[in-house]
Amino acid sequence: MTQSGYATERETTEGRVFTVTGGDWDTVTESIDPLSNEKIVVNMGPQHPSTHGVLRLVLELEGETVQEVRPVVGYLHTGIEKNLEYRNWTQGTTFVTRADYLAPLFNEAGYCLAVEKLLGITDQITERANTIRVLFMELNRISSHLVWLATTGMELGAISMMLYGFREREYILDIFEETSGLRMNHAYFRPGGVAQDIPESAIKKIRDFLVYLPKKLKEYEAMLSGQVIWQERTQGVAVLDVTGCLALGVTGPVLRSAGLAWDLRKTMPYCGYENYEFDVPTATTADVWGRYQVRLAEIRESLKIIEQALDRLRPGPIFIADKKIAWPAQLAVGLDGMGNSLEHVAKIMGQSMESLIHHFKLVTEGFRVPAGQVYVAIEHPRGELGVHAVSDGGTHPYRVHMRDPSFVNLQAIPAMAEGALLADVIAGGASLDPVMGGCDR
Amino acid sequence: MSIAPQDGHEPVGADIDAPAQTPAGPQKGMFGITGTGDVSGFGGLVRRRPEQASSPKPYGGYFDEVTDALEEAYPAFADAIEKVVVDRGELTLHIKAERIAEVVQIMRDDESLRFELCSSVSGVDYLGSDPRRLHVVYHLTSMTYRRRVRLEVAVADGVSVPSVTSVYPTADWQERETYDMFGVVFAGHPNLTRVLMPDDWEGHPQRKDYPLGGVPVEYKGAEIPPPDQRRVYQ
Repeated sequence: MTQSGYATERETTEGRVFTVTGGDWDTVTESIDPLSNEKIVVNMGPQHPSTHGVLRLVLELEGETVQEVRPVVGYLHTGIEKNLEYRNWTQGTTFVTRADYLAPLFNEAGYCLAVEKLLGITDQITERANTIRVLFMELNRISSHLVWLATTGMELGAISMMLYGFREREYILDIFEETSGLRMNHAYFRPGGVAQDIPESAIKKIRDFLVYLPKKLKEYEAMLSGQVIWQERTQGVAVLDVTGCLALGVTGPVLRSAGLAWDLRKTMPYCGYENYEFDVPTATTADVWGRYQVRLAEIRESLKIIEQALDRLRPGPIFIADKKIAWPAQLAVGLDGMGNSLEHVAKIMGQSMESLIHHFKLVTEGFRVPAGQVYVAIEHPRGELGVHAVSDGGTHPYRVHMRDPSFVNLQAIPAMAEGALLADVIAGGASLDPVMGGCDR
Repeated sequence: MSIAPQDGHEPVGADIDAPAQTPAGPQKGMFGITGTGDVSGFGGLVRRRPEQASSPKPYGGYFDEVTDALEEAYPAFADAIEKVVVDRGELTLHIKAERIAEVVQIMRDDESLRFELCSSVSGVDYLGSDPRRLHVVYHLTSMTYRRRVRLEVAVADGVSVPSVTSVYPTADWQERETYDMFGVVFAGHPNLTRVLMPDDWEGHPQRKDYPLGGVPVEYKGAEIPPPDQRRVYQ
C-alpha cells in the first residue's frame, strides 16, 4: 500500500484500488475514470406526471445525456384476458372496453369482430351497424388524438393546449353519453351489432361538432406549429425510421410519421372502410414533429369519414337478424346508464312465455361459438390492435389475447431515447402515445 | 354492498396445483348441473371436440403460394411442419417447437414470403386436450403482399421454445408476457423476466389450472359466489 497524497492505493489484478476517506476523494479517481462518478441512475415513475399513467422508466444518466433506458410496465395489470374466460361472449365486451381507456370503442370493435369471425357472421352484420361502428370509432380516434395533443402539449410546456384538448374531447364524450349512456367504457359494440340506435339528438350534435372542430384545429396549429419552443422540442427528436419501427413492431401514427403509409383501414379493410374516401397522412421526418403533423392530419381525415358515415346512415336494423345471437332486449338509456326499455320488459313478461324463456337462456347462458381460433386486427389510434380469440365450442371464450399497440410500441423507448437528452425521453415517450390501461390490460 | 370474505375464502395468490377450471376434454352434461338437480336428462350428454385435422390441398387464396414458397425455401419443411390448417379464412402452420426460429427467419427473409412484421405472440393453454398443453401462437404480417399467417407451436410443460427475438426484436416483450402468463421458457431470449406480474410472483396466471380468485359478494342478504365458482353453462 502506498500513499499518493490523498488516498491509500494498492495494485490488484483488477487494477489500482484506492481506499478513500476524505471528502475530496473524487479528484483521486478522476485521472483513471473520469466518468465513473458522473453516472447516476434515476427512477422516473410509475407516478410521474409526464409518463402518461403508471409507466416506470429506469434511466441511467451521464449529466443530462441518457445512456440507458429500461421501461418497466405492469403496474396496471388487471387480468382482463383471464377474466374474460369466466364470462360469456357477450359479457366480454364490458371487459375489453376497459383495457385502453382512451380508445374503448376500438377494443370493443376488435373483440366483436373476432367473435363475429369465429361465429362466421361477419357478412350478416347490418349496414347500419357497420356504419355506426365506423362513425363511433372515428369519433373515438379524434378524442384519443385530442388527449394525445393535450397531454403532450402539457408535457412539453404548452399548458393551455392541455385545457383546449380536453375541452374539445368533452363534446365527443357527450355524444357517446347520449348514445350509449356512458362517457367511457361503453360496452356499446356487441357481438352481432351495436347495443342500440343513435338518437337524432346525437346526430345533430355530431353535425355541430363537424363544424366546430376544424376551427379549433386551426387554433391549435396557430398556437403550436409556429412556436419556436414547440419546434425545438419536437423537430429531430426521438427519431425512429421505418426499419426501426418494423423491427420493434411499432405501428400506427409513429410508423406513418416515418413515411410508410400502413393503415389497416386501407390495407386490410374491415367494417366497410373500403367504401369511404380518406387519405392516409404520412410524414418523412420520423420525429416527434412528424407524429404531431400526422395525428393532426388524421383528425381531419376522421372528420371526413364521419361526414360520409352520417350520409350513409340509412334506417335499418342495428343488430344481426339471427335470433340465436341477437340480444333479445331493446335497450334504452336511463338515468343510470343503459338498461332494458320498460315497454320491452312489459311485453316479454306479460305476453310471450317463449320470448321470456329465450331471453333468459340467451342472457344467462349466452350463445355457443364453434371451436377454433381467429386473429382480427384493426387500426387503433396507436397502431395495430389485434385480438386473438380461441373458442372451445362453449359459451365462454377459451382464450382471448389482445395485442395492444401501447404494449408493443413502448419497447421503442430505448431506441428513441438512448444517447439523447433527458428532456427528449419525455417528448419521445409522449409521441408514442402509450396508454397503460391497454399496455398492461 | 359489502364484500364479505367467508372463512376459508380469503383471496390467495398463486396455487399452481389447483384443479382445472375449464375441462377441454370431452364435455359432459349441458347446463352445468350435476347430481339430483338435473331433471332435463341432458346431464348424460357427452360432447367430444373433434381433433382438428390437417386441411387438404389446395388451401385456396394466397395460402398455397405461402406454403409452396416456404417449402421451396426451407429444405426441412416436411420435418418442421406438423400440419397445415385452413379455418375461417386463416392459415395456420403448426411447427415443431425446435424449428420455429429457423422458420420465422425464412418467413421474414425470403423474397416471396416477406413477413416483415411479427404482429403478435401469445400463448394458449390446452390443458386436458393436448399432452403438449402449452401452445405459442405467432401472427406474422406481410406488408409487401398484405398477407397474414399464423404459426403455432406446442410444447409440454417444462419444454423450452427457441426465442424469435433475434429475427423479430418486437417479440421481446411479447415472449416475456407469454412466459409470465403461461410459463413457456424461450431459449435464447436476452432477458426472460416477468413483464406484467410482479417479479416475485409465483405461478403463471393464464394457465387453465390457475384459479381466477375472488371473494363472494353479499348484496341485500343474498350472496353471489366469485365468478370462477358460479354455475357454468357449458
